[in-house]
Amino acid sequence: MRPATASAPLEVSNDPWRTWGVTVKRLVDEAPNIFTIELAFNDPRVASEYRFEPGQFNMLYVPGVGESAISIAGQTSAKTLQHSIRAVGSVTRAIQRGGVGMQLGLRGPFGTSWPVATPSAPAAVHDLIIAAGGIGLAPLKAMIASVVHNRTQFDRVSVLIGARTPADLLYHLEYDQWRQAAIDVQLTVDRPDDGWTGQVGVVTLLLERLTLPHPTATRVFTCGPEVMMRYVAKSAESRGIPSQNIWVTLERHMNCAIGLCGHCQLGPEFICKDGPVLGFDRVRRWLSVYDL
Amino acid sequence: MLAASYANHRNRILMLRKFAKAELNRLLAHLRSLGFTVLGPKLEDEAIVYGQVDSLADLPRGYSDSQQPGKYRVSQAEHQFYFEFNLGPHSWKQFLFPPRVSLSTAQLDATGWTFETPHQPAPKLAFLGVRACELAAIAVQDRVFLHGPYVDPIYQARREAVLIIAVNCTVAAATCFCTSMLTGPKCQAGFDLALTELDDCFVAEVGSQRGAEILEAITTESATPPEIEQAKVREQGAVEQIQKSMDTTNIRNVLLDNLEHPHWDTVAERCLSCTNCTMVCPTCFCSSVSEVADLSGEHVQRIRQWDSCFNLDFSYTASGTVRNDRRSRFRQWLTHKLASWHDQFDSSGCVGCGRCITWCPVGIDLTEEVAALREPPISNRRLPVIEPPPTICHLPRSPVDPHAAISAEETQ
Amino acid sequence: MSHKPRLAVFKFASCDGCQLQLLSCEDELLSLAESVEIVHFIEASSHVEAGPYDIALVEGSITTAHDRQRIQVVREQSQTLVTIGACATAGGIQALKNWGDRADYVRSVYAQPEYIQTLATSTAIADHVRVDFELRGCPINRFQLLEVLQALVAGRKPRTPTHSVCLDCKRRGTVCIAIARDAACLGPITQAGCGAICPDFQRGCYGCFGPSAQPNCDSLADWYVQDRTTHVQLVPLLRNFNADAEAFKATGDRIDPHSEPGTV
Repeated sequence: MRPATASAPLEVSNDPWRTWGVTVKRLVDEAPNIFTIELAFNDPRVASEYRFEPGQFNMLYVPGVGESAISIAGQTSAKTLQHSIRAVGSVTRAIQRGGVGMQLGLRGPFGTSWPVATPSAPAAVHDLIIAAGGIGLAPLKAMIASVVHNRTQFDRVSVLIGARTPADLLYHLEYDQWRQAAIDVQLTVDRPDDGWTGQVGVVTLLLERLTLPHPTATRVFTCGPEVMMRYVAKSAESRGIPSQNIWVTLERHMNCAIGLCGHCQLGPEFICKDGPVLGFDRVRRWLSVYDL
Repeated sequence: MLAASYANHRNRILMLRKFAKAELNRLLAHLRSLGFTVLGPKLEDEAIVYGQVDSLADLPRGYSDSQQPGKYRVSQAEHQFYFEFNLGPHSWKQFLFPPRVSLSTAQLDATGWTFETPHQPAPKLAFLGVRACELAAIAVQDRVFLHGPYVDPIYQARREAVLIIAVNCTVAAATCFCTSMLTGPKCQAGFDLALTELDDCFVAEVGSQRGAEILEAITTESATPPEIEQAKVREQGAVEQIQKSMDTTNIRNVLLDNLEHPHWDTVAERCLSCTNCTMVCPTCFCSSVSEVADLSGEHVQRIRQWDSCFNLDFSYTASGTVRNDRRSRFRQWLTHKLASWHDQFDSSGCVGCGRCITWCPVGIDLTEEVAALREPPISNRRLPVIEPPPTICHLPRSPVDPHAAISAEETQ
Repeated sequence: MSHKPRLAVFKFASCDGCQLQLLSCEDELLSLAESVEIVHFIEASSHVEAGPYDIALVEGSITTAHDRQRIQVVREQSQTLVTIGACATAGGIQALKNWGDRADYVRSVYAQPEYIQTLATSTAIADHVRVDFELRGCPINRFQLLEVLQALVAGRKPRTPTHSVCLDCKRRGTVCIAIARDAACLGPITQAGCGAICPDFQRGCYGCFGPSAQPNCDSLADWYVQDRTTHVQLVPLLRNFNADAEAFKATGDRIDPHSEPGTV
């Protein structure tokens, strides 16, 4: 009924308010005002129990400032958690200022994940289209990594990335690795700079030019501004991809992350626990209503 | 004996005992001896509110109230009943889901931050005088806080410690509509004891083993058929006094199919977005967590407080405020309460207590708003936003703002 | 800010009550002094240092031509300018003169009106210069002031709610006096911050923290006039310490048939 699955909180505690101590081990500037941090758990016991699914998020906590819901961009070989953050509010700016060595609190993981096939739950071989806008690539990155890892599960895989300018493209050092795994990585920007030789325009442009041999066996995963995701979905549907094969990830104010505070509702959905990854057919109705 | 009999006859559930009114004092004393703090109705600040009740003398005996949209009055009446009044502004929510509670702490020392969740031990509370709609409201909040994928430990601890002595309504306010929501006025489930007050005694229905046990501490007898009949007549009195109704037929779809109904604008002209309806609602559960730190910043508490979907910053995100006018906020409240609650928790979020009607400073009556929303709209002022398709664009740009369409600045 | 932020306090047309809230932070004052350097606070010390300042707290409204110039200088000297109190954020009680005749007032109050140089209006600081943050209240709440200073030092957004007083009444369990006693309480349209003190003492809120976010003053005023009070009583309630706050002013003027605000 709900293909996207919410995982249970850490077994080491049943208290959803329990906060784990983490330390920023690395901070990399990704793009103007966007940076990626790598977090290590202070308690090795927690580190060994912590599991997440691509698409889920953590609540990162700066004591005295507050929490912010940040999607999990991936996990490094050293088991640190990657989060890509745009410095827009008090919490994210404090993390940016704090830098390497800063201690944070973490609750998580929360929310639903991208319904990709995994070795434990293999699906019929299908094609994937992954469409990202700007920092919307962050919640997709861990999923792309898992696709690379389980590449034989899928037939054609395309990653379509749009950004405002070439400088706003995230994770560009990883594109080659994705391409080596026979993933079709395509880029487009709004405003090219002098060195730009790629596409110019919206990300749906890339989608519309894709060859889709098996539209009904293709899944679309998209993250970006809502307006972009609606265009992506619309474009995908016009290419014959059924709406139930299209998945979006949504953002609302998340305060508790466990569906108990009421902030993140969109119609009947609690974005924190029913989402953030949601089937487009499930939410398209609500997305079409202004300020719902 | 009673307890054993309850255990043997639980399939019957219905076990009617009666006891003299003065025995209620002994029951309260017994509850105190078991370590309970008894909370019940009290007259305070010209309203009947919930507070600590140590004896019958604390109850608002001989008082009645009158209610209408935006107005509440309590006054002495001709009767000598202890419970011949309707719901006041307080609900039991304040004891199970406190308006302000500490969730966790963060302490900084030389080694760094230590995070803890030192939840206070739950107080052992006995609720006296819980009405049928309030039992329903507690059941609704149970679904929210206990029966989802995540359990709120604070609510859970408090809820498990509570003993409930319900009271059947014998009167109804002009704002009551529990009969529409199928929650009352007769208490059906969710209590340890349910009392019906007669002229000179209480008839008690045992609802749990614990209820049977506490009743053993006082002198009771089997209720006689005439007493049972009299209790029914008194309970029927409340049913007959209920004037207000809400048509709940297909209400979920009616509301969610009318998100652009022009009546939302009409009600937004009256709505103050002041949060009163959500605060007095016994099921509303919205909250926000805020940081409370000392000046050194080394000792931090995370405090959860009641919040409301009527607050402008409630839906704030880095991308902007989602519900940026009173119309969208009132719509969120009403559609959540009466419609999307069904999707989320398999029940209505409304129990028909009428508090939101009485305690709205400008007397907005949700039953009337629902009726108006059932009327076909005269015109749809706001149609769903449907953007033109994006043009495949190399420079120059399409009229669609490609800026907005391409970057996911706010989605993290 | 790598150094301790330099804090200055400036007074315009006001009663000093808001500055006093800073001095009233007795227990916290020492801690505060560890995080900021108070370099200009005439109410507390005659030692004053010249600008520039990192944080300026500005109390009072603009009522004279001289102050209209002076606030420009304060702005130029201040990295972050925070206005404190109803005078600085909405013109204060003295903004009542905006509805009167200045010459008339001056003649009736002063023996030698020719010595009085005053503008026709009392206006908020934000009407004259860019303001970085407004802290409401008559007087301000010292805990909110500490929160603002803490936030500025920490480089985060201050947490001062914009919701109505009603929410705070309900959180503390106060019985609504508008409903139970027919008080013409401004709580539903007034910003919280005071702790909902007045209604807890059975006195209607008189709006000293100014309008809440997106207030519906017209709806509340119409209801009160229809139900419990008169225009004659309600207009002065809206035209009080925050008379010149836009939302209160608009409704007060709408329901007052004699209203003729002074020219600004």
